[in-house]
Amino acid sequence: MAKVEQKVLPLSGDEAVAYAVKQCDVDVVAAYPITPQTIIVERFSEYVANGEVDTEFVCVESEHSALTCCLTAAATGARVFTATASAGLALMHEILGVTSGCRAPVVMAIVNRALSAPINIHCDHSDSMAERDMGWIHIYAENSQEAYDSIIQAFKIAEHPEILLPTLVGLDGFVLSHTLENVNVLPDETVKNFVGERKFPLVKNHEGKMVPFKLDPENPVTIGPLDLYDYYFEHKRQQEEAMKKAYDVIKRVHEEYAELSGRRYGNGLVEPYRLEDAEIATVCLGSTAGTVKAIVDELREKGVKVGLLRIRVFRPLPMEDIVKWLSDKKAVAVMDRACSFGGIGGPLFHEIRHVLYDSPGRPPVVNYIYGLGGRDTPPNLIRQVYQELQKIAETKRIEQLVKFIGLRE
Amino acid sequence: MSPEYKGWKEIPIAGVCWLPSTEYKTGDWRTYKPVWDSEKCVRCMLCHIFCPEGAIKWNSETDEMEFDYDFCKGCGICANECPKDAIEMVLEGKE
Amino acid sequence: MAEWKFTAKDFAQIPERFSPGHRACAGCGPAIVMRLIMKAARGPVIATNATGCMEVVSTIYPYTAWKVPWIHTAFENVAANAAGIDAALKALKRKGRLKYEHVDVIAFGGDGGTYDIGIQALSGAAERGHDFLYVLYDNEAYMNTGIQRSGGTPLGAWTTTSPAGRVIPGKTQRKKPIADIMVAHEIPYVATASVSEWKDLVLKARKGMEVEGPAFLHVLAPCPRGWRHDTSKTIEIARLAVDTCIFPLWEADNGEYKLSSRSKVIAAKPEMKKPVEEYLKTQGRFRHLFKPENKHIIEEIQKEVDRRWQKLLKLCGIA
Repeated sequence: MAKVEQKVLPLSGDEAVAYAVKQCDVDVVAAYPITPQTIIVERFSEYVANGEVDTEFVCVESEHSALTCCLTAAATGARVFTATASAGLALMHEILGVTSGCRAPVVMAIVNRALSAPINIHCDHSDSMAERDMGWIHIYAENSQEAYDSIIQAFKIAEHPEILLPTLVGLDGFVLSHTLENVNVLPDETVKNFVGERKFPLVKNHEGKMVPFKLDPENPVTIGPLDLYDYYFEHKRQQEEAMKKAYDVIKRVHEEYAELSGRRYGNGLVEPYRLEDAEIATVCLGSTAGTVKAIVDELREKGVKVGLLRIRVFRPLPMEDIVKWLSDKKAVAVMDRACSFGGIGGPLFHEIRHVLYDSPGRPPVVNYIYGLGGRDTPPNLIRQVYQELQKIAETKRIEQLVKFIGLRE
Repeated sequence: MSPEYKGWKEIPIAGVCWLPSTEYKTGDWRTYKPVWDSEKCVRCMLCHIFCPEGAIKWNSETDEMEFDYDFCKGCGICANECPKDAIEMVLEGKE
Repeated sequence: MAEWKFTAKDFAQIPERFSPGHRACAGCGPAIVMRLIMKAARGPVIATNATGCMEVVSTIYPYTAWKVPWIHTAFENVAANAAGIDAALKALKRKGRLKYEHVDVIAFGGDGGTYDIGIQALSGAAERGHDFLYVLYDNEAYMNTGIQRSGGTPLGAWTTTSPAGRVIPGKTQRKKPIADIMVAHEIPYVATASVSEWKDLVLKARKGMEVEGPAFLHVLAPCPRGWRHDTSKTIEIARLAVDTCIFPLWEADNGEYKLSSRSKVIAAKPEMKKPVEEYLKTQGRFRHLFKPENKHIIEEIQKEVDRRWQKLLKLCGIA
């Protein structure tokens, strides 16, 4: 496939997401407004009101109902999308597990925002990190362009008959959602053909027939039964299997899309930046990577061998890629925009450290918790991180495993 | 009565049920059993209508009320509602 | 109600769509409601249940009693389930991807999942005008978790969380007028029904399916375990609830109230209205009310019933 011609539009992250959804021929969108996701639903409502999309837009009365409606609409055979943030995601929490358990391919944009209390509308990753274990695929975008690209890819990943796992795409609240960027958009036809039509795998129903997995009076299925201790475990193992298969599907979809758009984000799972010969490295998610890359370039000019590993896909956790890129480093700093209270560090730190425990190099790994509640992350903070990493690499000693940076003591 | 336990690779995804409830016989729950008197019965259908199990059928060809003892739990609603006392609840084993 | 003419024998020949082999208790009122309403379906149906007795007994994995497509997600959101299914059907139909002319969507919720935790989703779905029938099978407590009180539990009733103790004799609050709340939502069709008046119930269910937009059917369905009565008395007790005007039968077409079935007869012949005691004495959950120190509660109940009955008569343009 040849790279297609794209036009450049000035879009904010939220607008880019809405635009992507518009192009994907989504059947049902059920959503509830919450800052900083509001622009997504507002823009999409305009598309609906102007007849630019043929979508049933349901203005539900809560986020819990938003995800519920998406789940049952997907079970009925529709392509669905929703978006939320922070408290809205927390309210939906129960249904996130149900959506994954019912294998409904819902695509959801999370405009990452801090959880309460106190209430805060600005960026951090605590909202989606609290949903790590719910059986959803997590993709984190560095910029609005990637948010646009990832939403389109998400439909194809989630709806893949061997996956059928709901997928969330995280974009940083206000930093990306409300900032204008030049976004390259694919032509409508290209996107429509790329995502294609939903396919339904066959399942055995109670009549003993193999029928398409959807709510269809002609071929009835019962979804969401009561499991006792004799089968729940097996059903959960099935979800884990889908996660295992997701690595390949995500990489393939990423590659297929890259051929059309000309844009790649590493191998789709992780994006290494100047890591090949790096001696020390940081790891982070989302928009902070942009700042880190700038500092990496600055330090490289000075001859310091630094690099960054941006995690694009957090679930399923790309263990192989993380080990491949970080095992031989002299020191690694994981930057967390979320904190697991009482957990000795943030969630990303826990995962990276655990994955590197058995790696051949087993580098020292430290944690920097930053940016909670939208606390600005200026370049100096990153310089500080690399400085301290250098010291750890030289002295081979960790003075403080977990540090809060950008915090007023 | 439980089907032989299957592994995670053999069962459908999403908890989709693969057996009809009719494979699970609830008839062994009961203590009392309804006994039907064809002579007294006026085929009003109330026993069929009010049975929580749907265990009483009307055979339109033979014009008989058929009691499915595989599923009857012996609640006694049919006997209580029958306007003609055509159903008697008898202790299981003593009919 | 629906203009559907059939005899009991016709009805008996309709196939069961809620199969035997489900694990409801012997004499279960709600199970009868499920069976009857599923028989009343007029064409393709997608059903959905809130967590509760009927959901649990009908789908203990790997068995299912549902012969129609069915989904359960959580406790408080069956109305949102229905809304999602309705939205998908509308979208698929518009895009030419639905092979049916019409599919009826039926949501079943218990009193727990409707009066209390489910009311938000129900209210939202009603306001948005989705095309579905919501059936509330009311056994007047959270029965599946062990007979705890709900907003639908009547005044004075014993439940495990409103026990009849030395200081507090049962539930001190009145039953929430859920059907009137739904009429206030100005949806096209709201009706009450009793499992004892089966034809009235079936016709109202069919009407609810036929109506375009939200329809709400409140069905009284006694629970022998929770109400403490013999399993054989389920229908008899449901009938008494109607005859004492504790649970009057009516329907509201676009907000216009109209009495139905036995309640209509009682309105015309008030001497047929039975005193509440006749209903209360049949159930163990009211037994404590017959102690001398609690007798005043029975009077309170009678007064409440009479007040609501008079109010209903006025709404129906009678009295």
